[in-house]
Amino acid sequence: METTTPVEGAHSQPGVASDVDPDGELTKVHPNYKSALRVQAIIIAVPFLVGSLIAEAALAENGVLPSGVVAGTVLLLAVLLVFRVPSRRFMARGYNIATDRLRVVRGIWWHSDTVVPFGRVQHIDVDQGPIERFFDIATLTLHTAGNHNASVNLPGLQKDLANEMREEIRAHIKRESL
Amino acid sequence: MSPTLETDASAASVPPVGRGEGLRTHPKSFIVRGLSILSQLVIPLGIASFTILDDGNIGDLVMFAVPAVTAIIGINFIFAYLGWKRLTYTVGDQDIRVESGILSRSARSVPYERIQDVSLEEPLLPRLFGLVIVKFETGAGGGEDLSLAYLANEEGERLRQLVRTRRDGQGAEAAGRLDGAVAASDEPEAETLFGMDGRRLFTFGVFEFSLAAFAVLAGLFQYVDTFVDFEIWDPELWERWLSEQGAFLASLGAYAQIFSVVAGLLTFFVVGSVTGLARTFSREWGFLLERTARGFRRRRGLFTKTDVVMPVHRVQGIKIGTGWLRYRFGWHNLRFVSLAQDSGAANHVVAPFAQMDEIEPIVAEAGFHLPGEDADWHRASRKYRTDSAILDSLFFIVAAIAAGIGTSFHLSEWTPLAVTIPLVLAGLSVLAAFYSWHIQRHAIDAGQVMSTKGIFAPKSQIATRLKLHSVEISQGPIARRRGYATLHLGQAGGEFHISGVPIDRARSVRREVLETIAATDFSQLEHA
Repeated sequence: METTTPVEGAHSQPGVASDVDPDGELTKVHPNYKSALRVQAIIIAVPFLVGSLIAEAALAENGVLPSGVVAGTVLLLAVLLVFRVPSRRFMARGYNIATDRLRVVRGIWWHSDTVVPFGRVQHIDVDQGPIERFFDIATLTLHTAGNHNASVNLPGLQKDLANEMREEIRAHIKRESL
Repeated sequence: MSPTLETDASAASVPPVGRGEGLRTHPKSFIVRGLSILSQLVIPLGIASFTILDDGNIGDLVMFAVPAVTAIIGINFIFAYLGWKRLTYTVGDQDIRVESGILSRSARSVPYERIQDVSLEEPLLPRLFGLVIVKFETGAGGGEDLSLAYLANEEGERLRQLVRTRRDGQGAEAAGRLDGAVAASDEPEAETLFGMDGRRLFTFGVFEFSLAAFAVLAGLFQYVDTFVDFEIWDPELWERWLSEQGAFLASLGAYAQIFSVVAGLLTFFVVGSVTGLARTFSREWGFLLERTARGFRRRRGLFTKTDVVMPVHRVQGIKIGTGWLRYRFGWHNLRFVSLAQDSGAANHVVAPFAQMDEIEPIVAEAGFHLPGEDADWHRASRKYRTDSAILDSLFFIVAAIAAGIGTSFHLSEWTPLAVTIPLVLAGLSVLAAFYSWHIQRHAIDAGQVMSTKGIFAPKSQIATRLKLHSVEISQGPIARRRGYATLHLGQAGGEFHISGVPIDRARSVRREVLETIAATDFSQLEHA
C-alpha cells in the first residue's frame, strides 16, 4: 500500500480549487422537479380525497356535521399539498458545485445547508424513479464515511446534468487518489 | 486499487501459509460449547427439578424428566458438533475465508487490506482450555465482523501476526520469517501509557455505585415465582408480613425504628457499592494501555480477557466524559472515536478512570492536544440561550396552567400548591438553561475542532479537522428567525454537533474546516 504515493502536482494548486466561496451563488434545480413533486403529491392526495368523499356520504345520513366540512378540509389540504408545497420546496432547494465540493441546500422550515468535499466521497449514485424518469430528472447521491450525512441527496437535476456531475466528481476522486 | 494488486503479486511468492486446506476451529471448542450449553441449562433444570421434587413424585421424575433432559442435552450436543464440523476457515493469499452452516452454507471472505486489526478475546470458560476468540475487525457496522471461536492461543497469535504482515505488505522476508515461528514473541516492544492498580480500581468501583443488583434480584424473584409456589407479588402476603414485623417493630420503640431505617439505608449503599465494585473489577482488572508500533494496545478483564489493538491513524476523534460526582474529584474517562467496534460500543475506552494529567499524554500520543489557555473559545448565541430557556420551561408552565385549572373546580384548596410546584420547576429549568449556556462552548484551531457541554458532568469532544467528511449547517424555524444554527460535522464512527452557533460564526467555521478537508483526499487520510 505504500506504493500509492501521491503523484506530484495533484495537490500543486489547492488554492485554485478553494477560491470558490462555499457560501456562493446557489443554482436552482430543474423546474421539472416541481412537477414531479406535484405528481407525487397527487398520488398521495387522491386516496385521501376518495376516503373523505365516502366519509362525507356516510355522515350526510346522520346529519351530525354540515355537508362538505370533511371533504372540504381534505380538498383544501390537498390543494395546498399539490400547488403550494412543491413550489416552496423547489424555491428552498438549491446547490452549488465548485471545483472540489458540492453544496446542497434544502428545507422550508427545517433548513439545512450541507457541503461535501469531493475528496471525502466514497461512492456516487444517480437514481431515477418512474416519475423522475417521465420528467427526465434524476437524484444525485453522494455517500461519505461520516455517520452524519452518510448520504447527501440532490434531487431534481436534469438526467444528463446529473450524469455529467457524477463524471466530474468521479474524475476528481480518481485524480486525487492516484 | 491497482497498485495494491501489484504488491500482492510479489507477496504471491511467499510460501503459502495454510492455504488450500480449510482449517477447523480447535476441537476443544466443541467441549467449551457443550459446557456452556450445559451451564445455561443448569439453572432452569435445577429450579424445574426442585418444583417437581417438591410434589414428591420421584416416579414422574424418572419417567419424563430424565429422558427429556437427556434428549435436550443430546440434541444440543449434536448441533454443537455439526456446527463445529461444518465450520472451516482458509487463510489465503488475498483474504481470510470462513465457510459455515449446517444446512444452509455461507462463505464470507475478508481481504487483508480491509482488516484493520485482529483482536483476541478470552472468556472465562475457553480460557481454562487455553482457547481464544479471534476477531477480524473490518470496521463494518452492525457487528458484521468476522470472528472465529475458539482457536488455540498460539493459533490466534499466529493469525494476528500473519494478518498484520499481509496487510502491511511488508514484503516476503517478514512473512517468511513468521511462517514457521510461533509468533507470540513477535509483539513489538511497548510503552505503557495507562494502567490501573488495585487501589485505583477500588476508587473507580466506589464511583460506579450501581443498583443493578436490586433489578437482578427483582428479576430473579419473578423467575422463581413462575416455578415456586410462593406468591411473591401477592400484596396480602406482604401485608401480613408487614403487620407482623410492624407489630414487632412497634414493640421495640422509636429508637429501634430509627435504627432499622438506618440499617435499611446502609444495606442499600453496601449492596450498591459492592455491585459497582464487582462489575468494575471484573471488567477493568489488569487494565493496561500500551503504545506499540501497531498503535494502541489495550488489555483488560478478569473473567473475559480482551486484547484490542487500534492503529493510531484510525482514531477519528476523542471524547472525554465524566460523572456528576466523580467530576468533583477530578476523575474523567477518555474514549477514542473510530470505525471499529469495541464489544458492541462504538467508541474505544482507553482510560476509564483517570485524572486529566494522565489523560493528556494519551491524547497527545493519538495526535490530538487538549485545548490550552489560549484556545479561542466561542459561546452559543445569547438568543439561543433565551430560546432554550423559554422552550425548556414552557412544558412546566403549561403544566402549571393545566394543574391550576384542573384543581380550581373541586380541589381549590390544593390550587396554590399544584401551581407552585410546576412553576418552581419552570424556574429551575430556566436556571439550568442559563447555566448550561455558560458551560457550552466550542473552539477551532489549526488542526482540530473542540466542543464542551453539560451542566453537572461536562463532556468534551475533539475532532481532527482533516478527518471530517462533511459539514452541515441546519436551522429549525425558530433558529432561522433568530439567526443561529446547529453545526453538524460528519465524523466517521461518531456524532459531532455544536448547537446554537450564531449563523455567521457557523459559516466561518465551516469555511475553515472545508479548507482543510478539501486539501487532502480520503485515500491519503491513512498516511497522513
